[in-house]
Amino acid sequence: MAEDSKEPVKLVLYVAGETPKSLAAIRNLEKICSEHLAGKYKVEVVDLKKQPQLAREHGIVAIPTLVKELPVPIRKIIGDLSDTQKVLVHLSVEE
Amino acid sequence: MTDGITKSATGIEGFDDLTLGGLPTGRPTLVCGSAGCGKTLFASTFLFNGAKLYDEPGVFVTFEERPVDIIANVDSLGFDLQGLIDRSQIHIEHIAIDPSEVAEIGDYDLEALFLRLEFAVDQIGAKRIVLDTIESLFSAFSNPAILRAEIRRLFDWLKQKGLTAVITGERGDGSLTRQGLEEYVSDCVILLDHRVDNQISTRRLRIVKYRGTAHGTNEYPFLIDEDGFSVLPVSSLGLGHKVYEDRISTGVPDLDAMLTGGGFYRGSSILLTGVAGSGKSSLACMMADAACKRGERALYLSFEESEAQTVRNMKSIGTDLAKWLKLGQLRYIAARPTFYSLEMHLAMMLREINRFKPQLVVLDPISAFTGSADIAEVQTMLLRIVDYLKSNGITAVFTHLASVQQAETDAGLSSLMDGWILLLNREANGEFNRELYLLKARGISHSNQVREFVMSNSGIHLLEPYLGEDGALTGSARRNAEARARRAETERQAEVARVQDQVTQRRRRARAQIEALNAEIEAEEAELRRLVTAEEIYQQQSREKTAAVARGRGMNLSTGTRKQD
Repeated sequence: MAEDSKEPVKLVLYVAGETPKSLAAIRNLEKICSEHLAGKYKVEVVDLKKQPQLAREHGIVAIPTLVKELPVPIRKIIGDLSDTQKVLVHLSVEE
Repeated sequence: MTDGITKSATGIEGFDDLTLGGLPTGRPTLVCGSAGCGKTLFASTFLFNGAKLYDEPGVFVTFEERPVDIIANVDSLGFDLQGLIDRSQIHIEHIAIDPSEVAEIGDYDLEALFLRLEFAVDQIGAKRIVLDTIESLFSAFSNPAILRAEIRRLFDWLKQKGLTAVITGERGDGSLTRQGLEEYVSDCVILLDHRVDNQISTRRLRIVKYRGTAHGTNEYPFLIDEDGFSVLPVSSLGLGHKVYEDRISTGVPDLDAMLTGGGFYRGSSILLTGVAGSGKSSLACMMADAACKRGERALYLSFEESEAQTVRNMKSIGTDLAKWLKLGQLRYIAARPTFYSLEMHLAMMLREINRFKPQLVVLDPISAFTGSADIAEVQTMLLRIVDYLKSNGITAVFTHLASVQQAETDAGLSSLMDGWILLLNREANGEFNRELYLLKARGISHSNQVREFVMSNSGIHLLEPYLGEDGALTGSARRNAEARARRAETERQAEVARVQDQVTQRRRRARAQIEALNAEIEAEEAELRRLVTAEEIYQQQSREKTAAVARGRGMNLSTGTRKQD
């Protein structure tokens, strides 16, 4: 389905500093994207330690949080994204 | 606990007295209670007053309600939250989590929540924070182990930041909060309760724990109404009240006269007992009217009659209460005893007394409560009221409806009272007559008479009793006896007049007799004088005759003097 859609998947990963959980999430996300969503995604990593107002703006409570902003509907995943299959299911993107 | 606890005032009426200053500064306080018991209101009042009265900005962290709703909710209580938000004194941080759009995959923490709170706190320089209610997080996240660790960290963080925090929690089964929040908050725990007994609800507040400070431990009733949240600590009252020397009129001159020196002492508690229709309320109104006439304020708490009805009824005995109501010297509050529970009534009354600051308070009637609650509770409540009024030097007038003519109240209040007026309504010879008796007046010598109590359009009068041979009489018996007495009097007066007449006549007769005798004596004396004169003349003539004879005989019978003639 994602293949049909012309718009790329826009993902925002919110982290707070370089904590083990944050680093694990970044690592896991990179792996998922390169293995399953090659060329069809845009990833932005936001460090809330530097920009706490964004947490308020986007309603972020837990760290790390991955937000799929596009395509709608918005989905949120919290945690270090250690289960690739679950992440893909929740992002509603398949290979 | 090293050098005592500093406290932050909440500005909630009564609560700061209860806790001797407010909530512990820089520490979290848990406010728990079941749904709808006023937790959020307590928290928002704490925050609002902090920003407005004590210049301590605050952050309201809401996990449930939207900021617009919170602003609208407290707006009805006169809290201009929006204004404070505009002036950056309050910030509402809405933490909304919709579990349906969030998936949990792997390990996480709530660092973003901390960052948001920190950001909000730093933004306005907050000293106070409210978390309402953090337990919502448990429904938003599925891993309780992480949550518990994070909440513990959150409370540590709050303490570290030195924020005076109020955390609300929903009451759970067998524990103070559903999620056991009390294990994290160990400094101060306040329990709000909302109970319904006999279909009457009562809100109560209890300080379960307040580490490092003395505090009241009872359950205290509290109110939520158009004026917000108020707690009424009303139990710790002693007998060290001030005593007044001046007397105040009862509004009935005849009654004042029965109390030597005119009226009761200021600050007395006066009980008016009587059967139905014996004039208790009217007498109480007269006292209130008298207070207003002295330029004082009177508070009339009625549990049976409405304001308009009392005003109308009092007009019929020549007392215009409407005037005082208009001038604001009299405040009339009517509420059925069943409107609230006893504590709520007490709380309401004390608050009204506090605000209106009257010199005289009327409770009409206290017997209305005995129907709606346990006697012991009623007694406690009245005791508190009496103590409270006494300690504030407020004269209290209580009316009590007695079912029988007895010198005893159901509420067992008699010994608390300084003055006790018994109003009787006695049947004699086919008619009922109102009577008044001063059963007790502490420190005042008073009449022991039972007076007839008459209400007319010129007010209340106490008639002098008819004290005949058959005892004191009232009503038509008195009138009859008086008439009889008047008749007897007239008869006696007539008798006196008659006797007087007799005496006068006799005196007149006696005088006439005296005069006659005098005249007789005078006549006799006159006769006597005439005889004496005649005798003298005779003697004279006889002497002259003898002399002439002697001269004729040439005999000088007379002396030389005669010769010389």
